[in-house]
Amino acid sequence: MSNLIQITNGKAHISNDDWTLVKLPASQVEVRKQAGKIVLFKLTGEKTVSDEQVANTVIPSNGKVIVPLSVLIARKAELQARIDKNEVGVWLDTHEVLLPLIENQADLNRLPIIVVHVERFADGRIFSIGNLLRTRYGFKNELRAVGDVLRDQLFFLKRSGFSSFAIRADRNAVEAIASLNDFTAPYQGAVDEAQPAFRRYNRIA
Amino acid sequence: MYKYDEIDQKIVDERVTQYRDQTRRYLAGELSEDEFRPLRLQNGLYIQRHAPMLRIAVPYGLLSSKQLRKLGDIASKYDKAYGHFSTRQNMQLNWPKLEDVPDILADLATVQMHAIQTSGNCIRNITTDQFAGVAPDEIVDPRAMAEVIRQWSTFHPEFALLPRKFKIAVSGTKEDRAVVQAHDIGMEFYLDTNNKIAIKVWVGGGLGRTPILGTVIREHLEWQHALTYCEAIVRVYNLHGRRDNAYKARIKILVKALGIDEFKRQVEEEWSHLKDAPNTITEAELARVAKHFEPMPYEVLPQHDASFDTAIASNPAFAAWAKRSLHAHKIAGYRSVTLSLKPHGHAPGDATTEQMHIVADLADQYSFGELRVSHEQNLILADVKLSDLYAVWQKARAHGLASPNIGLLSDIICCPGGDFCSLANAKSIPIAMAIQMQFDNLDYLHDIGEIDLNISGCMNACGHHHVGHIGILGIDKDGSEWYQVTIGGSQGNNASIGSVIGPSFSADEMPNVVQKLIDVYIKERNAEERFIDTVRRIGVTPFKTHVYADKTVAKNEVPA
Repeated sequence: MSNLIQITNGKAHISNDDWTLVKLPASQVEVRKQAGKIVLFKLTGEKTVSDEQVANTVIPSNGKVIVPLSVLIARKAELQARIDKNEVGVWLDTHEVLLPLIENQADLNRLPIIVVHVERFADGRIFSIGNLLRTRYGFKNELRAVGDVLRDQLFFLKRSGFSSFAIRADRNAVEAIASLNDFTAPYQGAVDEAQPAFRRYNRIA
Repeated sequence: MYKYDEIDQKIVDERVTQYRDQTRRYLAGELSEDEFRPLRLQNGLYIQRHAPMLRIAVPYGLLSSKQLRKLGDIASKYDKAYGHFSTRQNMQLNWPKLEDVPDILADLATVQMHAIQTSGNCIRNITTDQFAGVAPDEIVDPRAMAEVIRQWSTFHPEFALLPRKFKIAVSGTKEDRAVVQAHDIGMEFYLDTNNKIAIKVWVGGGLGRTPILGTVIREHLEWQHALTYCEAIVRVYNLHGRRDNAYKARIKILVKALGIDEFKRQVEEEWSHLKDAPNTITEAELARVAKHFEPMPYEVLPQHDASFDTAIASNPAFAAWAKRSLHAHKIAGYRSVTLSLKPHGHAPGDATTEQMHIVADLADQYSFGELRVSHEQNLILADVKLSDLYAVWQKARAHGLASPNIGLLSDIICCPGGDFCSLANAKSIPIAMAIQMQFDNLDYLHDIGEIDLNISGCMNACGHHHVGHIGILGIDKDGSEWYQVTIGGSQGNNASIGSVIGPSFSADEMPNVVQKLIDVYIKERNAEERFIDTVRRIGVTPFKTHVYADKTVAKNEVPA
């Protein structure tokens, strides 16, 4: 069964996925240490993808594909016809910066889907990335969180502009839906509801 | 003080439900340790040495008598009938059961309290001056803005999982008592040339492993923009703070690495998009919240009270207490009273259930039913009439709450340390107690005068040791506990970070080390000069020389 939660017209439901997430070929990842501990989070802007990986990425010749940001940029010409047919989406990691995407794809809304991959659920950069894509760069289509996506972060992801959530495979997506509504009347304005409580309600002292 | 409406109440009620389910899933094995950790931490629950520790939020240190009574009840129902007031103006329970925490939160919610974001990598409790609203040197009462910021930061979706903890302090007085320069963001409210409330914004201060005082990022910010400007700062931090190394993850490291000019450029660039967004504070909202902080229904009283003056003249014990424990009030005939949680030989900042009930009664009877927690870990009755002070003293004294040591050497700021905290490298409470016993003579304490002695059991610096006039830091050397001493630190407008005097000491050497520092001060001081002033005038060397002189002798002694 699918573990993908989608919000359409304000309603969350489990839905089947017709996109193929294209992965980069595996690379040698060296274990780094800082202050005696293994580094778990990559630095923002750190270059983690080699030209070789980009060149060797296998893109299925048919169907709807979500390609890595580095591949979209380097192999745009090859993908352009499929972009025009709305068959190409892009994914990026939380340590990647948005500017190359914005510079490469002047109209983000030509992409039917943008996916943000979060390697570890505690990486809160995903929230700022979602917020920026929606509010700064005006992205209106499906915005999906994939990776270490767990129910206790869903409320924040939704508020940061995400509209679909690929719950980690070993967890129950049906039960997770409940956490999208952990709070009914949040205080601050965010992506899903721009008005803060003090503008939404007539709060009387 | 601020009272919840339906929206506020719903948020804490929904939090109880959410956390109850998270605890259930954890106990059922549906959440791993790693997955549950940030969830419980953002609810103030640490797994400690003996038992979990639960940190309960006291927003900007303000409590009603009803809330304090409930805290006392909770301490007795779920814990060992005492609580510990912390340097972030919160209250901590040292022995609750993990399974009981959802019920504790439900009890707290009945008195408009919670434990939201009292720990974890998120925006923590907003702190301010314990004399907010009553201090004579106050320019802007910071409490309404503190509450507006509290609401904004509560479950802020973009900042739910930051690189590291994030602390905001606000202040609106001439003499800063909120240590704004030692916070990730410090906001100093003032009236600008148009007589409008404006904010001087400090960024990148913090204690911990790398103590740094904040830098001014903006001299003038109109109050309406407080939230959007914070969003710009925290967004830059969230995206670019160092997540690869927990010791370098605070915003201060980012500010230092980029330099304030570049950091400010990035913040201003973000803010150019966020300015005037819906989170901009409205006049109506500030007015709504400020209504909760309107002045108390004070009586019109003369400057002096004959019964108070007589009691001072005739009762030296009362006079000694009054000299240390009373703070000037902006209304004639009133004083703010600090109730000491530092009786000699007890853990600094601890209060028993009975004491909490007594203080709640005192607040009801003499101080409009409210009280405050200070970051120096004492309790404050903010609005007491001169004519009531004697009665307050008698009752407080009968319950161990009237040690006349406020601001003196034995009014030690101290974290729970190695007796309780699993982060600690060394014990801190026994050091505090040993020093209190060394300086147990009240006349001597008064002669030494005002001095801040702060103790932390590890470099996380919960005891604010860097800004103590004397700071003591517990360190671990090859598995045994040692103490590093700094002098010359200070909070306030003229804040400074203390200098290490030299190699560290064992626990039993500590009272004598403090004694030697005091001896140098007594010998060198000019009239009216405080310890910190002497250190600043003569430097660290004379202190160092005296402290280590004997140590060398001791080392050279050959056992017979």
